[in-house]
Amino acid sequence: MAGDGAGVKFTVRELGVRYGERLALRDVSMDIAEKKITALIGPSGCGKSTFLRCLNRMNDTISGARARGRILLDGADILAPGTDVVALRQRVGMVFQRPNPFPQSVFDNVAFGPRVLGLASGRLLASLVESGLRAADLWDEVKDGLAQDALALSLGQQQRLCIARTIAVAPEVILMDEPCSALDPISTLRVEELMRTLAARYTIVIVTHNMHQAARVSDFTGFFWIGEDQAGLLAEYGATAQVFTRPRDRRTEDYITGRFG
Amino acid sequence: MSGQDARHGQRRRRAGRLWVQRLGFLLLGLAAVVVVAPILVVVVGIVARGIGTVDWEFLSAMPRAGMKEGGILPAIVGTLLLTLGTALVAVPVGVGGAVYLAEYARDTAFTRAIRLAIVNLAGIPSIVYGLFGLGMFVLFLRFGTSILAGSLTLAIMTLPVVISTSEEALRAVPTEFRTVAASLGGTRWQGVRTVVLPQALPGIITGVLLGLLRAAGETAPILFTVAAFYLPQLPRSPLDQTMALPYHLYVISTQVPGMPAGVQNGTAFVLLALVLLLNFAAAWIRRHFRRRRPW
Ligand SMILES: Nc1ncnc2c1ncn2[C@@H]1O[C@H](COP(=O)(O)OP(=O)(O)O)[C@@H](O)[C@H]1O
Ligand SMILES: [Mg+2]
Repeated sequence: MAGDGAGVKFTVRELGVRYGERLALRDVSMDIAEKKITALIGPSGCGKSTFLRCLNRMNDTISGARARGRILLDGADILAPGTDVVALRQRVGMVFQRPNPFPQSVFDNVAFGPRVLGLASGRLLASLVESGLRAADLWDEVKDGLAQDALALSLGQQQRLCIARTIAVAPEVILMDEPCSALDPISTLRVEELMRTLAARYTIVIVTHNMHQAARVSDFTGFFWIGEDQAGLLAEYGATAQVFTRPRDRRTEDYITGRFG
Repeated sequence: MSGQDARHGQRRRRAGRLWVQRLGFLLLGLAAVVVVAPILVVVVGIVARGIGTVDWEFLSAMPRAGMKEGGILPAIVGTLLLTLGTALVAVPVGVGGAVYLAEYARDTAFTRAIRLAIVNLAGIPSIVYGLFGLGMFVLFLRFGTSILAGSLTLAIMTLPVVISTSEEALRAVPTEFRTVAASLGGTRWQGVRTVVLPQALPGIITGVLLGLLRAAGETAPILFTVAAFYLPQLPRSPLDQTMALPYHLYVISTQVPGMPAGVQNGTAFVLLALVLLLNFAAAWIRRHFRRRRPW
């Protein structure tokens, strides 16, 4: 599977997810490479977000959602009962589709995670906030207005603020669910550049509707599809160059060429 | 020929419709006047006849000469203390209950029963609360007729309003923020305390003030639980009785012959001013905090 050679961060085996009675994801197995960018593409409703939410157990917050199978993070099964989900979510952070800063100051947004986790306070907290904002390429724009309301920022800045907020808890993995779909092309480009920089330090998994984006930023690409039983499945997975130029799966090829004209 | 007839008919029908619309507006306007006019007449009457009596002595002195002279200080202090006591009980319990219902409780038969009870409690006449307070706090728990018993009774009456408005305010905060808080490793309570509650606060404060407003103006719940007929001294402990504005107003309006109209209207004016003040505070908080929110 993909990820050969590099370290493996997640080992997913026979993952299935149900919402109530409805099977949303069937039998997904994949290895996710450490400190690489893995893109997940595919049509709407094929379970990309569902898969992503399994990686930090955010599906737990949806009533009726149940996951089966195994997801090993550095070798330990995070689906096992008794997993400390708070600690898990500190290690595996998440950036959402719509920029969603808290209606608080820029500083308080980035400080939220370190505060609730009791990581730092005072001067140490301030330096954590600064390094988070620097890492998210936002520091220069907000350093004179850390007390301003986060909602006063532009959408692109808000999304980078959300990335800073995630980085501030010092995660190992950053999950991004269509992080650019609410942004204009220039903001999108900035976030993409940011992802490339971040990949040196973090494992990144990104869901995207934009196949150019997947091709541009990712090292590996997983292609999800909806089976005859309406359950999502992983149709193809490999190095991004291979998936986009020599897809093995007929459905991948149709999907990609359909979009690329 | 026939085309002209049709056009005539159309015009006549349109005129008819316009006439109906005007009549409708007139009736609605009349209804509004019928609702507002008596309130205005009463308020203007009270203000006009009461404001002459209200001076510093009226607000700061003990009643004298069978309450016909002097001031109404003990009644003002009593009402303020009762409102404070009500707040001390109703706010933590009510907001806590709302947080439980909105943030923690699953939708079960049990929570549905609780909600049904809250809705129904809000509709119970205040005299019933008064009798409950007499049985529960004054007699059974042996608090006697006291500020403690009166505050508890008023708090129980206020709780349904506080709970339902607070729960509504909490539910109006988008789920997304709770999700984000959880994704950053926050516990549910941390998300509620640091993100959800601050955003729901204006709504909660409004609800609390509206509840307290009702508590401050009620006579029936304090009738048997705390209110003193004539007690020209300030209470010294929560177990003391006290005078209170609404009950005092009732007393001097119906129970004491030969009461000067100025004292009656002055007392009514003070009570009205107090309630309006709380009302304006609620409106101001709602306006002030509801600016610029994307949802
Ligand atoms: N919270 C939910 N409750 C019930 N069903 C859901 C929920 N979220 C997603 N689903 C269902 O799971 C399937 C996969 O959805 P999703 O993971 O959001 O797909 P994608 O992100 O690829 O568009 C869809 O059929 C969707 O209806
Ligand atoms: Mg999705």
